Amino acid sequence: MTTSSPTVAVSQPQKVVDARKAGSLVFAASVILLCAWVLVPIYFLLINTLSSPEEVSAFPKTFIPPFNFGSLEFFAGFSGIGNALKNSALVAIVTMIMSIGVGAPAGYALSRFEFRGKAAFRIIILMTRAFPLPLLALPLAVMFIRTGLDDTIVGLAIVHTTLALPFAVLITFSLFSGIPVELEEAAWTLGCNRVQAFRKVVLPLVLPGITASAIFAFVISWNEVFAASVLTIENRTLPAFLLQSLDVSPLHLKFAGGFVLVVPALIFIFAVRKYLFAMWGIANR
Amino acid sequence: MAEIQIKNVAKTFGSYQALHSIDMTISDREFMVLLGASGCGKTTLLRIIAGLETPSVGEVWIGDKRVDHLPPRQRGIAMVFQNYAVFPHLTVFENIAFGLRMNKLDDATIKERVNRTANLMHIEQLLQRYSGQLSGGQRQRVAVARALAMEPDVILMDEPLSNLDALLRLEMRAELKGVLADSNTTTIYVTHDQVEAMSLADRIAVMHEGRIVQANNPVEIYRNPAAHFVGSFIGNPPMNFLNATKGGKGKWNVAGKSFSGPQSGQDNLEFAIRPEDVTLNGGGLDAKVRIVEPLGAHNLVTCDVDGSLFRAVIDSDSKVKAGEQISLEPMPDRIRWFDPQTTLAVA
Repeated sequence: MTTSSPTVAVSQPQKVVDARKAGSLVFAASVILLCAWVLVPIYFLLINTLSSPEEVSAFPKTFIPPFNFGSLEFFAGFSGIGNALKNSALVAIVTMIMSIGVGAPAGYALSRFEFRGKAAFRIIILMTRAFPLPLLALPLAVMFIRTGLDDTIVGLAIVHTTLALPFAVLITFSLFSGIPVELEEAAWTLGCNRVQAFRKVVLPLVLPGITASAIFAFVISWNEVFAASVLTIENRTLPAFLLQSLDVSPLHLKFAGGFVLVVPALIFIFAVRKYLFAMWGIANR
Repeated sequence: MAEIQIKNVAKTFGSYQALHSIDMTISDREFMVLLGASGCGKTTLLRIIAGLETPSVGEVWIGDKRVDHLPPRQRGIAMVFQNYAVFPHLTVFENIAFGLRMNKLDDATIKERVNRTANLMHIEQLLQRYSGQLSGGQRQRVAVARALAMEPDVILMDEPLSNLDALLRLEMRAELKGVLADSNTTTIYVTHDQVEAMSLADRIAVMHEGRIVQANNPVEIYRNPAAHFVGSFIGNPPMNFLNATKGGKGKWNVAGKSFSGPQSGQDNLEFAIRPEDVTLNGGGLDAKVRIVEPLGAHNLVTCDVDGSLFRAVIDSDSKVKAGEQISLEPMPDRIRWFDPQTTLAVA
């Protein structure tokens, strides 16, 4: 991290220290700016959620939230919220399981085996993200109604899995590629068959990365609103439910809804944050 | 009893022929080194013996069992990899115990064997550490200990020392030789380092372009190369080669001088001599000195003989300087002859 220009450094060597100092200042400023970019809206969300309806529209804001749980209590008592929350969690979990269950083996195959059309296969995986969901929504809805998958947890999870799967495949592909094949080969020579070598050597090493990719799938499903709105009626997920009901709600309830939507994702990522960083001295790429 | 027999083994990758019908027998408890430049097929051959690669044709026998259709775990082998392949998520103890646990040995036996091999490799104080906390040399010791703990019939080593720095390599080389000699296993060791090969091997198989050019004990390989390639590959600096034309029955003209050589029917042969097998005597080959490199124990003199590059190792007391005209006399019993067509040695 340096912003020193070479000409200055050459003509006046003592200035390098200043330039380096300035560089670290710019670095610190960027870090603070980036953190603020993420944290300030979340903080305002928190304050407004914990304010009374009158305080939400008031200005200036207090720095410390007034801890008025009125909005949240009202929100919790809102009929259908509990059900929507449960649906959201279920859909996200099923999405997570399906995208890792299908994506991780595909990633392993891509990294370990040579087969015809491998490069094309990788491109095609990415291409699936090129189709706009709204374009597919109508035929999908028709097909789901015909097959009876409409308005079910599994049906929506299948759609979310198709959204999350490309990422799951490509992330796990790079994870498995980061594990030297010699580790597996060493396990084979030490008495393991392919499955045992995978379970005892590869799996423990990729588990942090798999977890990260599972969380990613979870969050994709948790935040997805379009397919959820189109394909469910009774069994709405939280985003779809909020989209439907908060549109006509007062401002303080909108904040409460946003808060309830954001917080679980934050908590989940916070809880598994250590898996997202390095483990056993191996960085996750 | 673990004699290894390789019968007519060949391997092709697509249209590339990595190995051309290899036949080789490695006797029980022998230390065999596969030596060659990178891409010569030595690692492929080792991986075929290990079962990490399947031969396109041919058979591999270990002991009296044909193994080329068996997975690595059923071959009674252990392998040491170039990049060590120490499992990063396990402690050193668990790394060494890994194969023993797979074989379902009881805890007491495992503990006893891990401790014994760890002592042997001098890593007993590292048993609770993880791979990330070890130096390259220590990781290498763990990898060897892990292989030894299996008490295999055959140990396969793929350039195990090439990632270590020079001094450590020297130390590990001597240690490996001692440890493996005591372990009663048959060893196949792949390297591109000829000094390593010479110092470790009972027998060296020199490989070139997917073929074994010569397999013999180190001294024989050095003294009597079976082909031009072996002479030009082994030795630092390697052999000198000069053109020879027929000058009568058993007489050959080399750079204007006559030498007695084989009674061959050809008109041309290749004359070969090692740099240390020439002396500074009148009446030898006329050489114009290009460069003199003092190396302490001796001087390496690079000259021009009959338009060809010629290296000689002479005593460091000699006053030979660049630009001088000197005469280098080959020791008659050290001269070797090669057929320029087949590149094979001619007796």
